[in-house]
Amino acid sequence: MSEPVGIAAEDRELAALRAGDEEAFLALVNRHHGAMLRVAGMFVRSRAVAEDVVQEAWVGVLRGLHLFEGRSSLKSWIFSILVNCAKARGLRESRTVPMSSLDPTPEEDAPSVSPDRFREEGDRWAGHWSAPPEPWPDARVESSELVALVGEALETLPPAQRTVMSLRDVDGWESGEVCEHLNISEGNQRVLLHRARSKVRAFVEERLGREGPP
Amino acid sequence: MTRSVPDLTCRELVELVTDYLEARLPVDERTRFELHLTYCDWCRTYLEQMRQVLVGAGEITEEAIEPEMRDALLATFRDWKRGSGGGS
Repeated sequence: MSEPVGIAAEDRELAALRAGDEEAFLALVNRHHGAMLRVAGMFVRSRAVAEDVVQEAWVGVLRGLHLFEGRSSLKSWIFSILVNCAKARGLRESRTVPMSSLDPTPEEDAPSVSPDRFREEGDRWAGHWSAPPEPWPDARVESSELVALVGEALETLPPAQRTVMSLRDVDGWESGEVCEHLNISEGNQRVLLHRARSKVRAFVEERLGREGPP
Repeated sequence: MTRSVPDLTCRELVELVTDYLEARLPVDERTRFELHLTYCDWCRTYLEQMRQVLVGAGEITEEAIEPEMRDALLATFRDWKRGSGGGS
């Protein structure tokens, strides 16, 4: 998870940038690179174009740096520039800005856990587990294996779910930041996050169960 | 406490996990949720696994920026520096 940057740290960073400090610039670029590619990727067709957009956004950031007044966080300002660049590019690509792809799809109503893992209607314990989750072995949870599996699971998700979960749980964004930059409602954000996390848990469960002890 | 509402089922609980972790459950729902956890080991395991997934996600290392792109951005930065008088 990227470290949150405090206000004082952000002031120092801004001062360093304005003074032309290359280290400070590269640190900022590195910190936000993954998230920038992800967010740009929601608006444009390909990874290559997303990279272009990120580059274009940095040019915009540098050009506007003397105008930045600190009314929002530096991060928030950088991402608003990025989103503007990405939307403009998306339009030029004549790919209409895919806000609709950020709305929950009917698939989004699918249950988090397969219904056949619960007791059926009519059973005294209807709706309770019939095939409950087994605790994962500590050794495997604490190894890098779990981290790798979560990463693998994220790649299998539909783009909107992957983007929301990555921003929240990998990059450590607040829900408000995700809503603002992806222009989605709080409720919608939570639905996407819920579907994503549920599928990732199921993916990990299946792999840890199926592969048995290491 | 009166038991005017039926207990949450496990099947219902798994759909509320994110709202619970996001602290978005209304207080009475949260009470039902937590009450269920007091007697259901299985759902405690489920919630624990969700937390483990979140910890795992937080430990994913972002892919590093490609060297070409890094160089290009650095060149942009140097241009900008020259143009803006380099911090003067």
